[in-house]
Amino acid sequence: MTGKDLYLGVDAGSVSINLVLIDSRYRLIEKLYLRTQGRPIEVLKEGLENLSQLIGPGFKIKGCGTTGSGRLLASALLSADIVKNEITAHGTAVLNFIPEASTILEIGGQDSKIILLRNGVVSDFAMNTVCAAGTGSFLDRQASRLGIAIEDFGSLSLKSTSPVRIAGRCAVFAESDMIHKQQMGCSAEDIIKGLCDALVRNYLNNVGKGKDIQPLIVFQGGVAANIGIKKAFEEALGQRIIVPDNFEVMGAIGAAILAHRKAKATGSTSFSGLASLKKDFTTKSYECHDCPNLCEIVEIRVGSKVKAKWGDRCGKWSSSIESLNKEKELNEGVPSA
Amino acid sequence: MVITFPHMGKVYISVKALFDDLRVRTVIPPPISKKTLEIGTKLSPEMACLPLKINMGNYIEAIKEGADTIVLTGSCGPCRFGYYGVVEKDILKDLGYDIEVVILDAPKTGHLNFINNIKKISGYSSIPDLAKAFRAAYKVTLEVDKLIDLLLYKRARETRVGEADRCLASFERMARQVHGSSQILDLTEQFMERASNIREERGFKPLTIGLVGEIYTLIEPYVNLNIESKLGRLGVEVHRGITLTDWIKTHLSLDMKYRQERKTMLAKAEPYLNLCIGGHAWETIASTIDFYEKGLDGIIQVLPFGCMPEIVAESIMPTIGTDLQIPIMTLSVDELTGEAGYMTRLEAFVDLLKQKKGKVI
Repeated sequence: MTGKDLYLGVDAGSVSINLVLIDSRYRLIEKLYLRTQGRPIEVLKEGLENLSQLIGPGFKIKGCGTTGSGRLLASALLSADIVKNEITAHGTAVLNFIPEASTILEIGGQDSKIILLRNGVVSDFAMNTVCAAGTGSFLDRQASRLGIAIEDFGSLSLKSTSPVRIAGRCAVFAESDMIHKQQMGCSAEDIIKGLCDALVRNYLNNVGKGKDIQPLIVFQGGVAANIGIKKAFEEALGQRIIVPDNFEVMGAIGAAILAHRKAKATGSTSFSGLASLKKDFTTKSYECHDCPNLCEIVEIRVGSKVKAKWGDRCGKWSSSIESLNKEKELNEGVPSA
Repeated sequence: MVITFPHMGKVYISVKALFDDLRVRTVIPPPISKKTLEIGTKLSPEMACLPLKINMGNYIEAIKEGADTIVLTGSCGPCRFGYYGVVEKDILKDLGYDIEVVILDAPKTGHLNFINNIKKISGYSSIPDLAKAFRAAYKVTLEVDKLIDLLLYKRARETRVGEADRCLASFERMARQVHGSSQILDLTEQFMERASNIREERGFKPLTIGLVGEIYTLIEPYVNLNIESKLGRLGVEVHRGITLTDWIKTHLSLDMKYRQERKTMLAKAEPYLNLCIGGHAWETIASTIDFYEKGLDGIIQVLPFGCMPEIVAESIMPTIGTDLQIPIMTLSVDELTGEAGYMTRLEAFVDLLKQKKGKVI
């Protein structure tokens, strides 16, 4: 029976929405990696429809967790059991599959993070601040500028014989520098390799600044697909880097694991079911004119019922909806030490 | 003469009480909003730190409501704040405003100047009247800080989320409407009672986090994206490294006992930093160690982007974290700070502390 109980993890990121289903022994049953394309609600709906077809009847989803920058939105749509930040989700997933890991390097579409694990818990972390120079979107853009598929990016960089040095501190300057090197006659392979090195240098100097990077090092997130970056990390750190099997959906797996723990602790799930997304969801945003802040309030409706509201600095609208008081509720569910 | 002054957290409550008692008219700048920041960003040098930009916004908004005199404190500490008054005065002059700017530098840098300035802005009140008004305003500061501390305690434990925030919001709304220190003190007392009646989750032991860093950023919720409320709603009891009361005791009062305590406190920073390098860097390091000794679970340092003294402190923090085995996180804020990323960091930090204490997340 228990083999048929599944747990859904959703990582609603800026570039991709990842959905996974795991069983109660945390084996991956299904995974979907979908481009967000600026339409998270539709993509999420389509994804869930695909999932329900893939698993067929006989399985039951016993819990749901969401993470990523769109975690609140996803949770509002799905009535998730748990809403978690990306750091905790990634940390949980790695601790479960690679318990001996000490460092996680994670590079996604819009942000990058480093997570240090010690004694089986997250002990320190950092995220990139305002700069996207070292993330997937930037690589994407450079690949298309050079006219190569992002999938070939890594293997091309491995062919480089004498990498050029690219100024990688800032995406804009990196781009001008790349053009400069191109005009000097450097080969595309050498430039690409130079870009991988620059990105890694930038990551280690900013995100990884002052962090005690110990082996075992795990590299995940969408950019981990790029063997050029992996190689550049190995060279810079002088360590072997492990890329887990499901590197691109580790956040979603973490969310699913947390959902399982939560559902087990409470003995029930608030998840509204895969079919629930067939209902009519509408979002509306408006400016609140009650004070000069003019916050942009987003309202999520299911049919005619307001399911969630957010965007207000003062909390007047968001705290008017019961379901959003989850943060606190989650904490209160925790037995005190 | 209609006086206005820049916002810094709840400072306006004490300052209003002071001028009310002296029968000097004041305009409290409207609460800091996106608009304030927009005005300020437009009028300030791009490289200036965030507080200056918000000050400028406050002035312009207050001038619109009829203020003609600006009062602010000066500083001879080696940080950019020392130039705020003069720079702001120049910007306003260049914009063509006919505004008097009175900069109150610490008395020790020129007693006569200080006294003259006080005389001017107090409408030439008598010395006993002045002394009485200052004492009353000080009392207001103490009481308001007590209310804030009580709400910090309650927010972590409240059964109905948002109750402490609502209590504080209505207190602030009403504080603008009442007149003079005695009415404000009455109001504070009422709200102390309302706050103590907030129902607590029984048996809930919250995590404890100490906030350290630059004073303006710590005290002004608009600037720190209301970190106290965000952490409180995550079930964290927040301890403040710097309060307005501390600032007044340090700079304006002759409380010898406090001075001794402060010396002992700052001495705690000794292995890492043993002198004032401007701003509140020394206090940041000392409070971090003090919070560790008090057994707090974690420390968050908050600074305005580009704040030199705090950047020095930031570079020391990882060493303290390793030496004392206490989790420390640094958050730097400016007008470009995204709220989503900020919240993610806070949540992740709280999860980290929970895991460290062996709690299930």
